[in-house]
Amino acid sequence: MDRLDNPPAICLTGLKKRYGTGDAAVDALKGVDMTIWPGEVVGLVGPSGSGKSTLLKCLGAVIEPTAGRMELAGEVIYDDAWKIPDLRALRRDRIGFVFQAPYLIPFLDVTDNVALLPMLAGQDNAAARKRALELLTALDVRHRAGAQVSQLSGGEQQRVAIARSLANHAPVILADEPTAPLDSERALTVVRILNDLARQYRTAIIVVTHDEKIIPTFKRIYHIRDGRTHEEAGEGRAI
Amino acid sequence: MINLAGRDVLHGWGKFLFTGIGLGLLIGATLTMAGVFRGMVDDGQVLIDNSGADLWVVQQGTLGPYAEPSSIRDDAWRGIAGIQGVAETGNAAYLTIQMAHAGKDTRVMIVGIEVDRPETGGRPGAPPYLTAGRPILQGHYEAIADERTGLALGERVKIRRHDYTVVGLTRRMVSSSGDPMIFVPLKDAQEIQFLKDNDALVNERARTAANPAFNRPGIPGLLEAAQASVSQARSVNTVLVRLAPGADAEAVAGEIQRWKRLTAYTKAQMEDILVAKLIATSAKQIGMFLVILAIVTAAIVAFIIYTMTLAKVREIAVLKLIGAKNRIIAGMILQQALALGVIGFLVGRIAAGLWGPAFPKYVLLLPQDALSGFAIVMTICALASSVAIRAALAIDPAEAIGG
Ligand SMILES: Nc1ncnc2c1ncn2[C@@H]1O[C@H](COP(=O)(O)OP(=O)(O)OP(=O)(O)O)[C@@H](O)[C@H]1O
Ligand SMILES: [Mg+2]
Repeated sequence: MDRLDNPPAICLTGLKKRYGTGDAAVDALKGVDMTIWPGEVVGLVGPSGSGKSTLLKCLGAVIEPTAGRMELAGEVIYDDAWKIPDLRALRRDRIGFVFQAPYLIPFLDVTDNVALLPMLAGQDNAAARKRALELLTALDVRHRAGAQVSQLSGGEQQRVAIARSLANHAPVILADEPTAPLDSERALTVVRILNDLARQYRTAIIVVTHDEKIIPTFKRIYHIRDGRTHEEAGEGRAI
Repeated sequence: MINLAGRDVLHGWGKFLFTGIGLGLLIGATLTMAGVFRGMVDDGQVLIDNSGADLWVVQQGTLGPYAEPSSIRDDAWRGIAGIQGVAETGNAAYLTIQMAHAGKDTRVMIVGIEVDRPETGGRPGAPPYLTAGRPILQGHYEAIADERTGLALGERVKIRRHDYTVVGLTRRMVSSSGDPMIFVPLKDAQEIQFLKDNDALVNERARTAANPAFNRPGIPGLLEAAQASVSQARSVNTVLVRLAPGADAEAVAGEIQRWKRLTAYTKAQMEDILVAKLIATSAKQIGMFLVILAIVTAAIVAFIIYTMTLAKVREIAVLKLIGAKNRIIAGMILQQALALGVIGFLVGRIAAGLWGPAFPKYVLLLPQDALSGFAIVMTICALASSVAIRAALAIDPAEAIGG
């Protein structure tokens, strides 16, 4: 199984993040350890202001941590300083982002919103659109492929956003409250989709959530409080 | 790769087009301003070319007859005609008056020309071509009018004391300040220009009559002779000289100056007076205006592009988050700025072409001005977009994620 022949998809050791300096400094992460394997969907829960979003942003190379170590699939990307030169290429090729509000590009149609990622990575338009349509089919929004973003429902937008996060075969997906704007049925659908994708593509997925309905679905949960994490077994309830 | 700039513009094309049209009207105003300047230069050029003269002989030490008043005796031409290299001379008198016609007050330039030789196309000073009618044949009270005066063939028009019949029409005959010309026989023009009005005449006659010097006993007719001599106009503004083929203008001009106590200008010198000296202040005025319009255009384009970019902060943050390079983001903004410039320029050029003819003075839109205008607009747009590009590149991809 993966744990034997593959390195963890994500491995954090002693990750720290301090916002600001001096009196105004906030220690959002005070030493986070975390290991996530390919194909796993892990919950990240904690009270407001506990550092969940901060953790995802560090992991997604959107903000710079203050100290610690981050590894992606065995490669050290941060060790008290960035270890790779092109963070945008890292985000483009190896991280998928899904947010609470599914920020799609309003002036592109559904297909091109998804196809944009492979295009940015250098694929030609036809191949990128083919990939986009495959993903839209997998996420059951194929019928909306030509629509404008503004014409989609919240759940459809969220599924398009997930399709986009997968478009470059990213081994890691970071989802920050992806179900917040959805009703419980749709929320569970999104979680089921994420679980299916993790199994199918061996993607490691971290889902930040407050949502009581979906917390029982995780097999493993990281609790974060006051900038530190501790791991817990979840119920792993089937959906 | 899809064209993000194009997609964004198409998504909100109405707003973009509207903005482009607004910008276009501003650019149109700028192009028109340049056209006004070109028109002024062209008016001067046309004035020189259409006079049919190679030399202008004027009162010594003046920049006459267009830029300064000049008065020389109307028989000065005799001496000039004798000089080697002079083919033909023509007395000419110019004066600008306000003419009431068809209920409108028009400013016109009255040009007095010698009309003794209509069969050879007239002496220098006569209009070189007519669009309708015939040359002036009578020594009095006939006129050839520029079409812009609004006069029609056969129409009678009152200039000062007399009525004139319009016997011919001509085109693009304007003074250096763009007023349309009316050609009349020299004698009539002299009368209009140099004769005093009736009251002044009566006053002067009474004064002369009361002068005991003119009333000496035993010299009959002295008073009458004196009266006639003061009331007769004997001056013109310039003698226009046409040179014999092969004659050197500079040399002939030098000859005239040496012997006749007059000043003579060649075509090149006249051009310098009209184009460089006479309209120099206006040219600076317009130049100043063009500079301000360029700055205003730059400020507006910068503001528009900046606002358009700020409205896309979230999209740009998402683009950065999913790995778009700065080049792609900067390219998107730059392309939109240039597209705005293209729309603006096209609208401006069309607008200037439409409203140009409605201007009271000649507006000359030169293709080379349009071309440099286009280059300037594109440069301004590119420079103006740099403000927005800097703002866009400073956007934090974390903004796409929020809390
Ligand atoms: N850009 C920032 N500058 C300064 N402090 C920040 C910044 N972003 C977050 N913080 C602080 O860091 C701490 C962690 O914030 P974070 O957004 O990670 O919390 P969270 O767990 O995502 O909360 P929520 O559930 O409300 O989204 C908070 O105290 C917050 O105020
Ligand atoms: Mg948060």
